[in-house]
Amino acid sequence: MTVAPKREAYDVVVIGAGPAGLAAAATSAEAGLSTLLLDENIGPGGQVFRAIASTPVTERNQLGADYWVGADLVQTLRASNAEIIQRATVWSLDRNLEIAVSIGGASAFARAQRVILATGALERPFPIPGWTLPGVMTAGAAQTMLKSSALVPDGRTVIAGQGPLLWLLAAQILRLGGRIDRILDTTERGNYFAALPNGFAFLTSPYFAKGLSMMREVRAKVQVVCGVTELAAAGDGQLASVSYVAGGKRETIPADLLLLHQGVVPNVNLAMAAGIEHRWDDLQLCWSPVLDASGNSSVAGIAIAGDGAGIGGATAAVVRGRIAARAAVEALAPADAAKLAPMTVLRAEQAKAERGRTFLDTLFRPAPQFRIPTGDTIVCRCEEVTAKDILDAVAIGATGPNQLKAYRRTGMGPCQGRLCGLTVTELMAQARGKTPQEIGYYRLRAPVKPITLAELAAVPKNEADVKAVARG
Amino acid sequence: MFRRSEQDKRPQVEIFVDGVAITARQGDTVSAALLASGCDARRSTAVSGAPRLPYCMMGVCFDCLVTIDGVGNRQGCLVPVAEGMQIEIQKGKREIGK
Repeated sequence: MTVAPKREAYDVVVIGAGPAGLAAAATSAEAGLSTLLLDENIGPGGQVFRAIASTPVTERNQLGADYWVGADLVQTLRASNAEIIQRATVWSLDRNLEIAVSIGGASAFARAQRVILATGALERPFPIPGWTLPGVMTAGAAQTMLKSSALVPDGRTVIAGQGPLLWLLAAQILRLGGRIDRILDTTERGNYFAALPNGFAFLTSPYFAKGLSMMREVRAKVQVVCGVTELAAAGDGQLASVSYVAGGKRETIPADLLLLHQGVVPNVNLAMAAGIEHRWDDLQLCWSPVLDASGNSSVAGIAIAGDGAGIGGATAAVVRGRIAARAAVEALAPADAAKLAPMTVLRAEQAKAERGRTFLDTLFRPAPQFRIPTGDTIVCRCEEVTAKDILDAVAIGATGPNQLKAYRRTGMGPCQGRLCGLTVTELMAQARGKTPQEIGYYRLRAPVKPITLAELAAVPKNEADVKAVARG
Repeated sequence: MFRRSEQDKRPQVEIFVDGVAITARQGDTVSAALLASGCDARRSTAVSGAPRLPYCMMGVCFDCLVTIDGVGNRQGCLVPVAEGMQIEIQKGKREIGK
């Protein structure tokens, strides 16, 4: 199935069909702008509304009301004039707002007057000993299989980490009849006190009641161990056991499946490759783009909405998508903006949706030992580089992530740093006594997802392209 | 490791893993079908030959790399199954011509 974009140029191109992208594309199309939505997955929804149009989970309460919100977003978008292409992997976006996208093994190009990046989040790396073993996955991976294929764990299953998603996943697995043997909560005890000053905003946010009832639901059925300070997976070619320390006591339990989660971080690859300025966020411990109140980035014409703009959750992502799209409409067709919800209303909705976030960020700030590994623990999964390898490279002069590539190939495998970048930055910052901002990040470039040379060679070329590289 | 919920009423799709038929469901990704099948779907890495299974299931980790219908290094978590699809568990790096 190869369906290239119908036009060469659009008013607005939205990249990513999660909550922010769905809302942005629908808003832009509703105002009458020519709109293209490109998404890498099989169907719309992103991660939070994964498989919203196709899930085999028909008992609606099992996935929860928050999930089905996505169905309305998809319906609104499909009723609009927006062009939607699934299984379309954008591999390049530049300052001229030219987009290269791989669809069915062939690349196509499109130009935009405005680009809204809605590439969302990915799970923070959780580099513990044994995290590359078969049988160790992210919590998000299990949730993806649950939503899109109604698959649930049925072997000895341990869930470890912290954060709202962990409890939601546990509740969903139990509702679908899946198995969880133990939950290992890695939330640092000190975080509860640190988060208190923001407690009032949280108590009055929608997260509170939902979170509490979900934790109660899970705790009634599963043994939960709190205050876990060490965690390791072990096995010979396959996960066999999980060992942990809680309250100073070490325990090892047999396991077939270990699901890890310590929050999500912005998926920065495409935005950084487009040249958008990012800064280290000391609270969320990740890189976040520098944006104005409407999501406009440092590159003219490119806005970022949703969790890619800094983690805010699905409800905030929808509003951010509408704000970014409205800003695009105001810039390109000001008269048509009157058809849309006023910006003041949208900003009030955004403030409401983001209420309680600081509390969650502080409470679920992952502990240093789960972010900055030591010894033989693998940091770069693709190139199989350990923490010790990286520290050895620092000892002989590697100054930052980019120079480290020449020493150890970290971040040069197919995942392009998505699973090691944050760890490398924090590890090198610690080793060199610098801040993550000073250490910096990998210099990301197109193609931001691997494509074959054959696909690149098959791209249509004009005479100027050929002359640019021809000898003589 | 995983089993299917009984409420899943999607039509079955037959795919082949290293020549052996397995039953998937319409709408499964290749990676989900492999994990649900119970067969040994561990690939081995290009660098050390270490065994791996999918880690993220959302297109970012590349631990689901697999050969699909003769084309290597495909991200199994992003490709839906199709009737008669031929899957090969990839051992080591992608072979030239595949």
